[in-house]
Amino acid sequence: MTLVGWLQISLTLLAVLLAIKPLGLYMSHVFAGERTFLSPVFNPVERAFYAVAGINQNREQSWIAYTFGVLLFSIAGFLVLYGILRLQDILPLNPQGFPGVAPDLAFNTAVSFITNTNWQSYGGETTMSHFSQMAGLTVQNFLSAATGMAIAVALSRAFVRSNMTTLGNFWVDMTRATLYVLLPLAVIVALLFIALGMPQTLDGSFTATTLEGAKQIISTGPVASQEAIKQLGTNGGGFFNVNAAHPFENPNAFSNYLGVFSMLVVSSAMVYAFGQITGNRRQAWALLSAMAILLIIGIGAVYWAETSGNPILTQLGVDPLQGNMEGKEIRFGPAGTALYAAVTTGLSNGGVNAMHASLTPLGGLVPMFLIQLGEVLPGGVGSGLYGMVIFAILAVFVAGLMVGRTPEFLGKKIESREMKFAMLAVLVLPLAILGFTAISAILPVGLAGLLNKGPHGLSEILYAYTSAAGNNGSAFAGLTANSIWYNTTLGIAMLLGRFAYIVPVLAIAGSLVGKQKVPASAGTFPTDGPLFVGLLIGIIIILGGLQYFPALALGPIVEHFLMLSGQTF
Amino acid sequence: MSSKAKSISMFDGAILLQALKGSFTKLNPSKLVHNPVIFTTEVVAAMVTLLWLRDMISGSGTPLFSGQIAAWLWFTVIFATFSEAIAEGRGKAQADSLKRTKSDLVAKRLKSANGKDYDVVPATSLKVGDLVYIEVNDLVPGDGEIIEGVASVNESAITGESAPVIRESGGDRSAVTGGTQLLSDWLIVRITTKPGETFVDRMIALIEGAERQKTPNEIALSILLSGLTLVFLIAVVTVSGLAAYSGTIMTVTVLAALFVTLIPTTIGGLLSAIGIAGMDRLIGFNVIATSGRAVEAAGDVDTLLLDKTGTITFGNRMATEFIPVDGIAEEELASAALQASLSDETAEGRSIVALAQADYGLSNTVLDGKEVAFIPFAAQTRISGVDIGHDQIRKGAIDAILNVAGLTKDTAPQSFQKAVDSIARVGGTPLGVTHNGKLLGVIHLKDVVKPDIKERFAALRAMGIKTVMVTGDNPVTAAAIASEAGVDDFMAEATPEQKLAYIRKEQQGGRLIAMCGDGTNDAPALAQADVGVAMQSGTQAAREAGNMVDLDSSPTKLIEIVEIGKQILMTRGSLTTFSIANDVAKYFAIIPALFVVSYPQLGALNIMGLNSPQSAILSAVIFNALIIIALIPLALKGVSYKPVGASALLRRNLLVYGLGGLLVPFAGIKAIDMIVAALNLV
Repeated sequence: MTLVGWLQISLTLLAVLLAIKPLGLYMSHVFAGERTFLSPVFNPVERAFYAVAGINQNREQSWIAYTFGVLLFSIAGFLVLYGILRLQDILPLNPQGFPGVAPDLAFNTAVSFITNTNWQSYGGETTMSHFSQMAGLTVQNFLSAATGMAIAVALSRAFVRSNMTTLGNFWVDMTRATLYVLLPLAVIVALLFIALGMPQTLDGSFTATTLEGAKQIISTGPVASQEAIKQLGTNGGGFFNVNAAHPFENPNAFSNYLGVFSMLVVSSAMVYAFGQITGNRRQAWALLSAMAILLIIGIGAVYWAETSGNPILTQLGVDPLQGNMEGKEIRFGPAGTALYAAVTTGLSNGGVNAMHASLTPLGGLVPMFLIQLGEVLPGGVGSGLYGMVIFAILAVFVAGLMVGRTPEFLGKKIESREMKFAMLAVLVLPLAILGFTAISAILPVGLAGLLNKGPHGLSEILYAYTSAAGNNGSAFAGLTANSIWYNTTLGIAMLLGRFAYIVPVLAIAGSLVGKQKVPASAGTFPTDGPLFVGLLIGIIIILGGLQYFPALALGPIVEHFLMLSGQTF
Repeated sequence: MSSKAKSISMFDGAILLQALKGSFTKLNPSKLVHNPVIFTTEVVAAMVTLLWLRDMISGSGTPLFSGQIAAWLWFTVIFATFSEAIAEGRGKAQADSLKRTKSDLVAKRLKSANGKDYDVVPATSLKVGDLVYIEVNDLVPGDGEIIEGVASVNESAITGESAPVIRESGGDRSAVTGGTQLLSDWLIVRITTKPGETFVDRMIALIEGAERQKTPNEIALSILLSGLTLVFLIAVVTVSGLAAYSGTIMTVTVLAALFVTLIPTTIGGLLSAIGIAGMDRLIGFNVIATSGRAVEAAGDVDTLLLDKTGTITFGNRMATEFIPVDGIAEEELASAALQASLSDETAEGRSIVALAQADYGLSNTVLDGKEVAFIPFAAQTRISGVDIGHDQIRKGAIDAILNVAGLTKDTAPQSFQKAVDSIARVGGTPLGVTHNGKLLGVIHLKDVVKPDIKERFAALRAMGIKTVMVTGDNPVTAAAIASEAGVDDFMAEATPEQKLAYIRKEQQGGRLIAMCGDGTNDAPALAQADVGVAMQSGTQAAREAGNMVDLDSSPTKLIEIVEIGKQILMTRGSLTTFSIANDVAKYFAIIPALFVVSYPQLGALNIMGLNSPQSAILSAVIFNALIIIALIPLALKGVSYKPVGASALLRRNLLVYGLGGLLVPFAGIKAIDMIVAALNLV
């Protein structure tokens, strides 16, 4: 670890910190339906949308109607995307003449993009036409992110309203998230990326003559525009197979840090908006602190593990001061890689700028564990916030009992109905991750996809399902996931991780919005102080650790001890 | 004010024996199913027992190991049922003494509403509306309302208080309770409750736990615990698949051991004992709650409505000061006041005598041997006093006494006016004194606030509870007493409607209200309040309307009730935290033991240095069972509550039960492992 490395990490996080308040404030105005400086531009567009779709923007929905809207919208998105992928050979903008996508891969990919996972069982530059990338994938990059934001907004409203039944209007929240938040930010970031050297063209590829005189075909396309929303919407699906390790997708250190910044900024600002909507900004900062502390520990752990190097390579004469450079890009170095790896997994983004399978065992354990913690650091746009609120509800329940009062969070009593749905949400991840991993680890169809054997192979499977169920989308690499078994089961894991979580969250919102807000007293446990932050961190780590410790012990942990004794896989 | 809890020794021999029996009958799966965590443990224990039998019969496997695991899993279940049985047992002992008062009651049922002819019938045949006649030494046959008569009643069977109480028709003391005994006079009582549903019956049912239903918080916690059980089920079942990949074949016995040690058996096993013991503690404080829900609601109370009289003040005005007019010595006024009050047997009169004696060293024998004529207080004159020979001393209401002195408000000395005004301003009552028509000064009579009440309110404030004083006094008086007693708010000139309206308003703001009352006019407010504590001495209507009855009729008991409500929740929360924190150590014991054959390198995780894989697993299971027994006293006693504010309380409990829960099992499992190895158990 170097001072310069830490300085780069700190400056990036500081930039996010500075952006949280203005962006969060702006977002809270947008979701309250208030006039903002962009209203003159977007208001007519917004109203035109509602007119065409026949939506009355003043009519609010109950939690059931809201959930129904989310599900309906996602199913429609799936069908459209599936159709585009299957039919891309007859659709326009296919300069390289790619054939239609196979059914299982199309299913997997469509699910992946509507769930904001962006798991990619394919290599983008060798599978997808420009039309599929732009009209299919990039559209869902916007809409799946906007859906997450809408749900988070609905949940936020549940805390501020008393004795009501409605949470807002899904179609309105989703439209506003797309138009007023994601679209303008994406334009700015895309332009910055282009300035930093990222290609933005409708050409398919060009041919270069190498120094040896050989001909090389180099793929290109509308990269910068997809890259911008990939980061802002915590999607993570890359234009190219190697994602942000590709020089066109992440040309230099600046684009790397801008990428990390744009991944973090919307999710973090969403938490601030939560504080603004619920009228408790201190609560927002408390949640953000818990997220930041865990994330920084994660970054530090990866950074430390990667700069500690690999004793086996040291024996072979590699300078240990270089750290472990296997699978890393020289232009990012260990600091830029550690930051990217921890943020992309803490965040449900899933883009990668290095191959996580090539990290040291402990360095690879951290990203995996960060996803398993529930994608709340600060998590996907919107989804990170509502995931964190579930954890806060659990923390408050135990803490509330310990101070001798019926637990309450932001003035809402947490009772059996909320606990029931919170536990349902909590159960989804271990069921999908551990269940599918265990089956794949013994079935021949599962084992067939493995590149490595031993604990590293187990990590490959575990990482894949972790990434899918956590709606992260990053790959450990090494696993050949483009098979019917993996395409199907990873697709199911993604659906479970997204919708089996969203429904309980909205049910909790529906239950809370009907409750009377209880004023705080000296007997109420304050949820906006350092004690609560510590408790929340403790609950997240202990709950995550208890669920995944056996699996991690057989994967990266044992691999670490084996590496120390001189064995690799 | 503070009340002693009736205590039953925690491990009384007879109760222990009873509980031991109970812990086995409670193993019945159909009864255990209401406790999901322990029910799951029982299923797993049965499964491992079958595996042990298979090992024994086939002679394969490791019967010594699986047998011990099975035994300790059964112990885990039995320790859990034992904790519930022992909590119930303590209540049963109290219920039995109540039952004795109930047996063989007979009633003298009146044949008609007029006259005193009666039939002697068994109390069980009484119907609501029947009139019964009760004489000296009779036991009251059932709950009812006095129609006619006054009598002193011994209610010690219910309240434990041996001093008799007066019961009379009309007013707030008209209810009688079945099982109590008349010590004097006679009563005619209309039966208001069916036999089997009387107060004593309900008390017995509550104490025995027959009516125990899970409270809302208990249900929410059960859901959390069931959810965690499912999470660990997933983790343990899937680990067998991961282990198979890694070349380890795990036996069901080992997986069962891992599963049971991980699920929250500690809190699951003690959960119902905590609730029962909480109700029990309440009964120890002589409070009967109609439901556990009400007790828990008490822990959440935000606002407390308290009657001024008898709760905050002693209920009688007392003399606190003599203020003479200019030119009169304080002693002269005090002496005159003393003489005028010597034969005044009212509380006010006695307090004047007491003050004069205490502050001015005057003797109460000054009039002995003199020829005196006392003038008692009359409502018309509003004056009382004494004639000693020709000396006339009078005390009385200000305008009446000015009349005696031949003065009016305008002609009275300025110092007198000032004194009267200042007393009125602080909510006191001024009493004028004259000697032979000459104005001497004023006695300050004041509602005296109970000495330690201010500290109690401060404690409530620290708990986050707002206190509101309710009084019929005028606002000036009310404000003065409120500030002296340190209540947060007051309601002056309160009517029953106002009380009800106040409670409704607070509830609409999301607050939980507790109040206590005894009169029939309190009944609507008691019913509306979230926690309504009726006084045992009060009317039947009040007792029906509230959800708790205080047998000692002490309004400040609410403070203890709130504490007990909080304690129940705290104990549950603390043990849940402890239970979950325990799992960390158990993982470090079991995970290396499970996989050390395939991956000897994982031995590095065996940070406790446990002897062998089998002893590690057995030790974790034994620890898991024994910790339940070790925590039974805490579950019965409850985690102590201190009104120090929520943050401080949480910090302390997190430190003790969170950090403690993390560390204790490391030491415990290590110690057990050493014993297991020393005894060569595996």
